[in-house]
Amino acid sequence: MKKFLCIITAITAVMACSSDDSNLVPEENTTDNFDRKAMLVHWADQIIIPSYQSFNAELATLSTAITTFTANVTPENLSDARQAYRDAYLSFQHVAMFEIGAAENVRFRDRLNSYPTDTDEIHSFISTSNYDFSLPSTNDTQGFPALDYLLYGVATDDASLLEFYTTDTNAEENKEYVRAVTSTIQALSQEVLSNWQNSFRSSFIENDGSSASASVDKLTNDFVFYYEKALRAGKIGIPAGVFSNEPLPGNVEALYANDLSKQLALEALDATQGFFEGKAHTNGANGPGYDDYLEFLNTIKNGEDLSGLIRAQFATAKSEINGLNASFFEQIQTDKNAMLQAYDELQRNVILMKVDMLQALSIDVDYIDADGD
Amino acid sequence: MLTILMPTVTNVNKLITNYLDQHTQAAPLAVFRIFFGLMMFVSIIRFWVNGWIEKLYLEPKFHFSYYGFDWVQPLGIYTYVLFAVCAISAIMVALGYKYRMAIVLFFLSFTYIELMDKTTYLNHYYFISCLAFLMIFLPAHRYFSFDAKFAHERAAYTVPKWTIDCIKLLLAIVYLYAGLAKLNSDWLLNAMPLKIWLPSKYHLPFLGDLLQQEWMHYAFSWGGAAYDLAIPFLLFYKPTRLFAFVLVVVFHVLTRVLFPIGMFPFIMIVSALIFFDPAVHHKILSMVSRLIGISKTAWDANISKLKTVAVPQTQKIVVGAFIVFQLMFPWRYLLYPGELFWTEEGFRFSWRVMLIEKAGYAQFTVKNAKTGKQFTVNNADFLTTFQEKQMSFQPDFIIEYAHFLADHFKNQGHQNLEVYVESYVALNGRLSAPYIDPTVNLLSVDESMARTSILLPFNDTIKGL
Repeated sequence: MKKFLCIITAITAVMACSSDDSNLVPEENTTDNFDRKAMLVHWADQIIIPSYQSFNAELATLSTAITTFTANVTPENLSDARQAYRDAYLSFQHVAMFEIGAAENVRFRDRLNSYPTDTDEIHSFISTSNYDFSLPSTNDTQGFPALDYLLYGVATDDASLLEFYTTDTNAEENKEYVRAVTSTIQALSQEVLSNWQNSFRSSFIENDGSSASASVDKLTNDFVFYYEKALRAGKIGIPAGVFSNEPLPGNVEALYANDLSKQLALEALDATQGFFEGKAHTNGANGPGYDDYLEFLNTIKNGEDLSGLIRAQFATAKSEINGLNASFFEQIQTDKNAMLQAYDELQRNVILMKVDMLQALSIDVDYIDADGD
Repeated sequence: MLTILMPTVTNVNKLITNYLDQHTQAAPLAVFRIFFGLMMFVSIIRFWVNGWIEKLYLEPKFHFSYYGFDWVQPLGIYTYVLFAVCAISAIMVALGYKYRMAIVLFFLSFTYIELMDKTTYLNHYYFISCLAFLMIFLPAHRYFSFDAKFAHERAAYTVPKWTIDCIKLLLAIVYLYAGLAKLNSDWLLNAMPLKIWLPSKYHLPFLGDLLQQEWMHYAFSWGGAAYDLAIPFLLFYKPTRLFAFVLVVVFHVLTRVLFPIGMFPFIMIVSALIFFDPAVHHKILSMVSRLIGISKTAWDANISKLKTVAVPQTQKIVVGAFIVFQLMFPWRYLLYPGELFWTEEGFRFSWRVMLIEKAGYAQFTVKNAKTGKQFTVNNADFLTTFQEKQMSFQPDFIIEYAHFLADHFKNQGHQNLEVYVESYVALNGRLSAPYIDPTVNLLSVDESMARTSILLPFNDTIKGL
């Protein structure tokens, strides 16, 4: 009987300490093991936080430019504001994939980059001066797409666009709306950066386990999701008509600036490839990333050189996009097949990353922590 | 000479009759009933508390059905009632209160739950359904139960030996078949998929670093196969029984630590107790009696030691047929063409437990056959991430989903529909390869057709069972 008591006690003990969200103490890593913690540290300190810092710096410039422009509506100030908007939008492509922590809580990507923007709603918000950007229903009235419209799209030429902020009956409200959109972007970005700098960095790094909620698993899911949905589908596939009967050129990113969509896509592709390779944001120095992790796992598995295949596919997709018109809007009108080819090349890496890479890293593509077999 | 070596039909009949007439103490069956009921109760509650009823059965817009069972659907808000019925009947089974009705209710409600969406298929859920079905025909409530207490004339101290042996046999089949399934080149020669799974457990204390070592992956592969194949025999054979039970505990606790397999390890550990002699079970029942403050001695004194149970002939036949079915059904994959791990035709309901690592990607195109216009479907519009993941590498899911998409878009006014899929699957660490033939209109096929007719060939060989 004692034996049974012992066994039952042992089972209960294990039951108690092997619960799904166990906080097992992480081992100090040895040379046999890929150092995931070092990768998390590198991600946080060399890629994510510096990317947000750059983005925040660009936003500070943007904010000043918008303030100057709305205080003094001149062609020169408009030109400066536009340039600041373009720089900030490009910089945004480097943080858009990190939808984790505060970014996830504030729905960072949805609020900063939901397009096409709802121009009717924007005008109705302006006329009533009654809007709350924290509501999910206002996603497509704020962020960069709204700014794009306000700086490029409210009139057909620059002279009448300036009138929108000077002689228009709602000129003051219009100016106020541009400022509100800008300051909201800035506040959100500052909130995310502060969160990383204060508490989130350490919890991100400490959470170096392998459960579905561990940092590597979670951010990898975010990364792959971003690449598939926001980059491949959002920037190329949806406007090219992959998901609809007809092409939707009006759904390109930065529709009103017109000549920016390709640059934004390339910047986003560079950012995702950089993250895959673990390139430091400021100087491009190589650090631990998915490529190294896959190579480590391959020393055990002796399979295909997945890391090399993904890298090569990034290069192919990039050259395909490079061949497109600077304006995707125009590209789709003239030759949408070139867009579809670019989509196909992006798609190949969805498969290599979502199927092969996640399998190699043994990361599940879902957040439901249901039982396995 | 020949007549001695070859038993005649009459002799075999006599052997069977003799066996069926053998009796043994009812205590092991009572213990099994109590633990089974309790474990099931805890499992259902855990499922509920984890929010899985909503996530798995109420939130999805569409559910994947088993062939012929598309009438089994979640019941909206009444799905909770279904789970409540399941939990209450589990408790009634444990108590042995209105046992026959309770176990039938439990079997029906549990099996209904499992049939609602095959996305959630797990071998151990199937195992529970099998056990529950078997228990309908066993006199598990004749001893140490409320039924025996209230209808004292029905209480019995012994039961036919086969009513306990058939549970042992089912357990033995599960282990043995799980072991046989591991006898393939991926598992034994390449240590796949453990080579993928184990290194990802780097955070475990002590084991974490060891699990990065290749020899550990082989040790776990070979050890796991040997365990599955040997454990039924070690449990049957009395001298090795205690050792075998210790192995059972170690093995299942290890799998619990390594993999997210919920309650299953504990269910298997407790089930394995059935192999022990009645004396052990009497001790367990004494302990239970002390816990709940009743006197087992007084209880036993009320029952004649000679009192036994007669099980109707039909029930014996059902149990016999069930065991034969269990022995045969896992081999049905031999009737299908193609590599089993690739087609998965005949993969489920065969105790192929944690056997392969498969992931896929499936992107559907809906085409108007007349105009040639087409668009790609965003799976997230219709499926949960879990459903999409399961769908992407299983042909029957892909076909069912294609038909669902056609119905959906037909209702939206689309005409002359054709549905195609571009899909890729990675199996056991091989580079992902095209899976379903992208030129096949999926509306022209249904689940009853051989999967090889729409699957692209698997460009590798996996030897073994």
